[in-house]
Amino acid sequence: MSYNILLCGVGGQGTVLASKLLAAAAEKKGETVHSAETIGMAQRGGPVTSHVRIGKDAYSPLIPKGKADLIIAFEPSEAVRNLDFLKKGGAVITNEICLKPVTESLNPTGYDGKEMIDYLTKIIDNLAVINADELCKELGSSKFFNVAVLGVAKGAGFLPFSEEDLLTTIETSVKANFVEVNKKAFLHGVEVGNGFGKK
Amino acid sequence: MKKEYVMGNQAIALGAIAAGVNLACGYPGTPSSEIVDTIAKRNKDKAIHVEWSINEKAAMEVAAGASYAGARCLVTMKMMGLNVASDALMSLAYVGVEGGLVVVSADDPGPISSQTEQDTRLFAKYCRIPVFDPSSVEEAYTMIQDAFEYSEKYKTPVLFRPTTRIDHAYGSISYDENAKPKEIPGFVKNSKRFVIFPRLSRMNHEMIEKRNPAIGDDFSDYKFNTFQGKAGNKKAILSGGAGYAYAKEYIQDRTDVSLIRVATPHPLPEKFLLNALEGAEEVLVVEELFPYLEEELLQLIGKKQLKIKVLGKHTGNSPLAGENTAEGVAAEIAKFLGENEITESSLSDNTIGENMPAPPMRPPVLCAGCPHRASFYAVKQAMKGRKANFSGDIGCYTLGNAMPLDMVDTCLCMGAGITMAQGLHWTDSETVNFAFVGDSTFFASGMTGIANAVYNEADMILCVLDNSTTAMTGHQPHPGTGMNMMGDVVNKISIEKILLGMGIEKVLTVNPLNLEEAQKAINECADTKGVKAIIFKSPCVALFKASEKCVITDKCIGCKKCIREIGCPAISAEDKKITIDTSMCTGCGLCAQVCPMGAIEKEVR
Repeated sequence: MSYNILLCGVGGQGTVLASKLLAAAAEKKGETVHSAETIGMAQRGGPVTSHVRIGKDAYSPLIPKGKADLIIAFEPSEAVRNLDFLKKGGAVITNEICLKPVTESLNPTGYDGKEMIDYLTKIIDNLAVINADELCKELGSSKFFNVAVLGVAKGAGFLPFSEEDLLTTIETSVKANFVEVNKKAFLHGVEVGNGFGKK
Repeated sequence: MKKEYVMGNQAIALGAIAAGVNLACGYPGTPSSEIVDTIAKRNKDKAIHVEWSINEKAAMEVAAGASYAGARCLVTMKMMGLNVASDALMSLAYVGVEGGLVVVSADDPGPISSQTEQDTRLFAKYCRIPVFDPSSVEEAYTMIQDAFEYSEKYKTPVLFRPTTRIDHAYGSISYDENAKPKEIPGFVKNSKRFVIFPRLSRMNHEMIEKRNPAIGDDFSDYKFNTFQGKAGNKKAILSGGAGYAYAKEYIQDRTDVSLIRVATPHPLPEKFLLNALEGAEEVLVVEELFPYLEEELLQLIGKKQLKIKVLGKHTGNSPLAGENTAEGVAAEIAKFLGENEITESSLSDNTIGENMPAPPMRPPVLCAGCPHRASFYAVKQAMKGRKANFSGDIGCYTLGNAMPLDMVDTCLCMGAGITMAQGLHWTDSETVNFAFVGDSTFFASGMTGIANAVYNEADMILCVLDNSTTAMTGHQPHPGTGMNMMGDVVNKISIEKILLGMGIEKVLTVNPLNLEEAQKAINECADTKGVKAIIFKSPCVALFKASEKCVITDKCIGCKKCIREIGCPAISAEDKKITIDTSMCTGCGLCAQVCPMGAIEKEVR
């Protein structure tokens, strides 16, 4: 089996933890896994990506363009920015809430994320658009989006792991007092994800 | 043995610990910083001496001393740090070592967060010492241990050069949790060996030139110099480092084309290469940065009078600058093999790639509440209407060049702002010359430049942006912070006392977040002859939780002066409505001091 997942967003959104959970889940299944973070100027509002590569034949540290099975985007324009990594027929999950560039106040571009979602809707068959605020409403904080979105990916049938794999990974990888809320976030995500399913 | 999923730099650290390293030192620099950080975190019973040295040259010399006593030593830096350390390393290459001494110099193709695209492999050849070039996290763990063995076997310092994609990649390694540092034999005095004199250099130079081909032969049997393919293949790919990972991604387990990987670029494993090239008529070289393997191969072909066509950077088959990519290398190899590269990208379908909306640019900016913003703004305001040059330096504060601050006119290398300001002064004494330097950079390479200014009677204003940390590379401590990598609380070295001790008479310390006070100090300095210094002292906002925040009151008339003047990422405007994102705001209050209507107030969080 070979499976490539690209997570993308803006610094501070929690993509790194999500990629570590995916890597740990793959390891638990006995898969060979590699990942790479392109963190760059993350702390200062720059785009970030995590490349998770599952399978023995993955040698390149980054996913080659056109080889990602799944893109999980924490921000709609970041989904579009990284779209050339997606393989034909690949799946995309994206948050629909946009994060304006930190320079927006100085150089307004009028960016609001809508045209990104419109474009993705037009061209991606396996697309799940979710609203992070709605998804996280009952969890009390949008901080849990990074784990909830993995649930969505699982529920929509985009992840090659069982629910069990991921839940035990959360138990062993997340700080003790955050395990329960993260499991709840994940399971809530699965429920939402079930509504999408593979086309 | 414990299995752990780790970052490449952590794998290098764990490999060094497994090799029984006694001393680990270096200077922070992306992408190398996590190595020393990791060793410090996993330093059981403080059995390893771990330090952030004040710069790379100091680190190299500390390690050389310990190595003479038989200790195993690891020195880490980014590749530009190797330029700083090269004075020590070049001589050390002649003298040699006793305990294994491995110098990690992390290269940064792209460059992603560096000033140059220099290649450590060339440096190894220049120094006449061995270099190891890992192509994965797992290899890096094993190879760093081999590097210590070879260093001791041949009594020479050894370079180890990972690249960003190895340093910041993750993979699984198994390591011994109970590894202990080696016994240190102790320094045995021998001035014939350890005191470098021309006679010793001449003698050792001869020895080194005789030894290197022998190391090359030794490397010919090294397990990471690998050949994949059928004997007599007419086409071969020669690669190393991350380049090998990209080539292997395309070739996989095919044997109809030879895939040759050189993990020890210097001294070149000639016997291995000649064997691997048996029958080859055409070779494509896949490597990053300098066409090193390509030129070595051309030289070998010339020396042996072989008839092999070499394709690579010199023939335009691959780019001379920038980072390799998996798809870029795939295209190069496909062309070389006359194959149709299969691209599966969803965007390659013509109907889809069109009309793609452009994602917004996200240029990096100084954080909301960053005290550097306030320091730059104060200098800018104070110098309104006067001719002034602003020499910048290396660190977060290079971002002071962005609009609307636009306060960095030059940036060259660590510490250069201070000396360049002097050079600018000697060309035009009417202009006020400022040099901005961070606290860590000040200790690393700022002090000599200041002594130079005082001695040569330059006119300049030194602005030390003191946020009490090395922020850019991940908040490492330095001599001014009062903490070291052994976890000890130590005396802080006072920047103010250093400056006073050097004979600067006017040394002012101000809080940059108090705009009026800061501007007053700047004006006072601008009107005084000679070398003056202002220490802008305010801690990095990424290190603590803010206790205050700023809010906009109904006095706001929507003039947007706050946005136009300081460019804080927490402030945004929609039409005439100004809002402050309280999740980002640290309550620094700079905007409140800029607002002409007094419409911004501080609140307790």
